[in-house]
Amino acid sequence: MSVKTAQSIESFVALLKRDLLLASRHFSEVVQPLLFFTMAVMLFPLGVGPDAELLRIIAAGILWVAALFASSSVLDKMFREDFEDGALEYLLLSPTPLPLLVIAKCLAHWLTTGLPLVFIAPLLGLLLNLSFEAVPLLVLSLLVGTPTISFVGAVGVGLTVGLRRGGVLLTLLVLPLYVPVLIFATGAVQAASQGAHAYGHLLILLSMLVLATTLTPFAAASALRISAEMN
Amino acid sequence: MLANLRQLASPKNFYQFAGTIYPWILFLAVGTLCFGLVWGLLYSPPDYQQGETVRIMYLHVPMAIMSMAAYMVMAGASAVGLVWHLKTAHIVARSCAPIGAMFTLVTLVTGALWGKPMWGTWWQWDARLTSELILLFLYLGYIGLYQAIDVVETAERACALLALVGVVNIPIIHFSVEWWHTLHQGPTISRLNPTIDASLMGPLYLMILAHWMIFMAYVLMHSRTAILARERKTQWVKSLV
Repeated sequence: MSVKTAQSIESFVALLKRDLLLASRHFSEVVQPLLFFTMAVMLFPLGVGPDAELLRIIAAGILWVAALFASSSVLDKMFREDFEDGALEYLLLSPTPLPLLVIAKCLAHWLTTGLPLVFIAPLLGLLLNLSFEAVPLLVLSLLVGTPTISFVGAVGVGLTVGLRRGGVLLTLLVLPLYVPVLIFATGAVQAASQGAHAYGHLLILLSMLVLATTLTPFAAASALRISAEMN
Repeated sequence: MLANLRQLASPKNFYQFAGTIYPWILFLAVGTLCFGLVWGLLYSPPDYQQGETVRIMYLHVPMAIMSMAAYMVMAGASAVGLVWHLKTAHIVARSCAPIGAMFTLVTLVTGALWGKPMWGTWWQWDARLTSELILLFLYLGYIGLYQAIDVVETAERACALLALVGVVNIPIIHFSVEWWHTLHQGPTISRLNPTIDASLMGPLYLMILAHWMIFMAYVLMHSRTAILARERKTQWVKSLV
């Protein structure tokens, strides 16, 4: 392994550790999206009525839409603080390839915002009367789908990080791009709850994840460079 | 060849070039549009099944084609602008967005007007309808991003990147919705042997041509004003206005 590769891996790990450490120091920021997710899910039975049969049918959709909103509400954090305190400039100037650092940021973001959703979702699923067979699929679909959300979201964050009030615009930019993930994730859960095979859906979700991890870091890296010119 | 293109691509030359050709294109656009509308609305036979409502097709189909074509032109121009740092390409890309969004909106509205008598509903969560709606949001996001960034150069490059990300995603979105639910008919005229009667096809092709002309005329006109606004501090614009 060349020196440069070793250094790149070292800075990748260092950045990942730093972000995780920062998240553990501000633990409320990890809990907040979880609470948001729970609250959003809880509002649906209040809105559509407590009919158990109806809830069972729409449970996958509710959980996934709530997960999308919960993750996009915290997307902004991925680069916002780094942009404001100047750390982002250092990332841009670093000899390590920027796409690699973007992957580290996305990974850290997913570990602190996406992964917790995976753990709490089965409980909420059961609250919504989701059938027992569909729960593992719900967990799997979230496990495979939420990283895609972080990676695709990184491009949107990269484009809007220089804006003072980019929050709503960011959501407007990324939500249409999440449509395929939503369709196949809920498709997997629904197939499972009807007793059908859901592996096809899961494999498509997985291929989306592969596409997202390989393509979006480059797009997000150029987006960050464009945004950095702004000030 | 490449050097000639580069010369044409300077804002000043493009302004003049667009100025000479756009009246002709506009003339063609209005001509084909009038002719196509009269032919389609008055002189083409009603459909054996759909009756007179088939005439909505003469607006709906060209608009739908253009809503996607405008996005492709926008993305192509964005790529050229990003790779070769051509100011003019960015301006052209930016000019595609409003009319593209308009095409998309009209497609949705005419589709709804046709859907009510034919399908019995204004709106269905059908694959094509849904991806067209998502396309509208992509256009609106593009326009929103452009307006949110104050520095024009940054806005152009950020939007170009967004357009390219969108173009990778559009097929994925399209096919995922396609497999999700579908009611809209499959391709009719883009096949090798079209499944549409010749008497309806003539005015339809003419209308598609007319819409391409409208699109080109609009983009040229919009680009011209955008160039003037963008280059207002240069000598040639000052001497012009």
